[in-house]
Amino acid sequence: MAANAQIPVEDRRVPVIAPGHTFSTITEKISNIVLKRPISLGWIFGFLIVFGMMNMLMVALGYLFIKGTGIWGINIPIGWGFAIVNFVWWIGIGHAGTLISAILALLRQTWRNSINRFAEAMTLFAVACAGIFPLVHTGRPWLAYWLFPYPNTMRYWPNFRSPLVWDVFAVSTYLTISLVFWFMGLIPDLATLRDRAENIWLQRIYGMLAMGWRNSARHWHRYETAYLLLAGLATPLVLSVHTVVSFDFAVGIVPGWHTTIFPPYFVAGAIYSGFAMVLCLAIPIRAIYGLKDFITERHLENAAKVMLATGLIVAYGYAMEAFMGWYSGNQYDSFLLWNRLHGPYRFWYAALLACNIFIPQVLWLRKFRISTGWLWLISFVVLVGMWLERFIIVIVSLTRDFVTSSWGMYYPTKWDWMTFAGTIGMFLTFMWLFVRVLPMISIFELRSLLPEAQVHEAEEVKQ
Amino acid sequence: MSDVSVYESPIHNSPTYGLMAEFDSAEELVTAAHKTHAAGYKKLDAYSPFPIEGLAEAIGFHKNRVALVVLIGGLTGLISAYSLQYWVAVITYPTNVGGRPYHSWPSFIIVCFELTILFGGLSAVIGMLALNGLPMPYHPVFNVPEFAKASEDKFFLIVFSSDPQYDAAATRSFLSSLAPRMIAEVPS
Repeated sequence: MAANAQIPVEDRRVPVIAPGHTFSTITEKISNIVLKRPISLGWIFGFLIVFGMMNMLMVALGYLFIKGTGIWGINIPIGWGFAIVNFVWWIGIGHAGTLISAILALLRQTWRNSINRFAEAMTLFAVACAGIFPLVHTGRPWLAYWLFPYPNTMRYWPNFRSPLVWDVFAVSTYLTISLVFWFMGLIPDLATLRDRAENIWLQRIYGMLAMGWRNSARHWHRYETAYLLLAGLATPLVLSVHTVVSFDFAVGIVPGWHTTIFPPYFVAGAIYSGFAMVLCLAIPIRAIYGLKDFITERHLENAAKVMLATGLIVAYGYAMEAFMGWYSGNQYDSFLLWNRLHGPYRFWYAALLACNIFIPQVLWLRKFRISTGWLWLISFVVLVGMWLERFIIVIVSLTRDFVTSSWGMYYPTKWDWMTFAGTIGMFLTFMWLFVRVLPMISIFELRSLLPEAQVHEAEEVKQ
Repeated sequence: MSDVSVYESPIHNSPTYGLMAEFDSAEELVTAAHKTHAAGYKKLDAYSPFPIEGLAEAIGFHKNRVALVVLIGGLTGLISAYSLQYWVAVITYPTNVGGRPYHSWPSFIIVCFELTILFGGLSAVIGMLALNGLPMPYHPVFNVPEFAKASEDKFFLIVFSSDPQYDAAATRSFLSSLAPRMIAEVPS
């Protein structure tokens, strides 16, 4: 009876799983999307578009490899340009996936179970897109392996005191851990697909990927320990990745970069944009694939609240930057503030404030949090806003730093835009394929949320 | 008890691998597992479509070594990261930056941290798979056609024939006393 005493108040929130589901209906509904559902014309049409965009990326990169980074709009004083703007933007988007899968798992937020799988997939694809940029920005991407410490005939070693080397370690660790975390979560569901597939080849493919998983109690016991430890390791990792990315800026002395607020403000911004991307993907996917029973209003509302909270941290970051511009008495810092508000990029800065700070405040109203149309639109606005934030940080600071004689302007070329749009195409292409070949919601974790999954009698039996 | 149990291995001398009973719910499986373990059967396993709290304990499996593997992995990462950086920055490729010390340990923290996580995380996954004996493409339990439902909505208990108390007839009648949906002999 102790169990009843623990829940005195009625939970009036929308449930995580719509009522009426059983182990078998959950399994069927999610696995049938992969195994049974025919490919629709809409899917093919959308795929052609995003695949076309991805090919545009290949063209842009192919031309880049022939001609070099001169085809981009970068030139001294703006050496970083779109490559770094897009890198930071994409890496930030990935953060929501790890936050959902690791941090919310440690906090026992069961609502995460419906969205962690595709959020983790989103992380992987976003980090893959992010990884392209610093690689091609090196100018000689075929020598990118020089970034790693390995014995070589040049007897050269990386400088471990450089934030750029830290970044190599942070991002590659992040990619690897996200990949194994995602794959580990998939193993039991791959076993489900293996057991349900009727086609011999599908059975074999899913069977090989499931590696002979047989749902044994001993296996689950080790699995849960490993998953918990992995979540515990991924939690500081996700906070560290954007921290290290912010060090790329903060360790430099350029006005607008050299501040101690960067790490927390970057991490909050990353989660902000990541949740915006989760919502931008989840809202159409749950409608198209009929998953409203598993991704309920509760999920959308919670994600909207996380967005609102992290958005406020970002707003605090902007406020502190402005405050320090005035309070530090440093002429370069105060000029930076003036330049953001009145300089050549003032409209971009105004758009940034509108997208990231003012418009998302409507999320205080429940109406906007549960209306899918509005929520999708606000998430999209936040994604644009977070891209603008990285643009302002990189470009405004570099165009006008200390010496007026070395000021300049930055004009992205069509190749810059093609590369950026191309990575969006690549991201969506992977997403398009993912929803058709792997279960996009964790089946076994949803099963464990059903009331039938709870075992109460164990105590009495032991006697 | 060794973590990788011999009776989890698919290779077996006896023609029968074990006796498998199928149950409808998680409650029934946990109860049955407790009773079977209490009846003196030690070499048994249970299968469920999701992790059930207390099930592993019910079949007498209390501790796994995954955490130890992760600790060793994480420490290996930490030590290798620090030694690599020390060796590079101080011994083999010292770079004088404004007269600062070669052994500038604060800037080594990040790579140490990242490699601790990397090695720890990889050991968690690889360690879990290795201790589970996976990948294992063939296993006798899959010979029972109903077992396909173990990854959907059915719950199974198996008593391995390697259990000293195992006796084809007696074990079968014991398992039927637990009121399963069905009992199947698992050929090895």
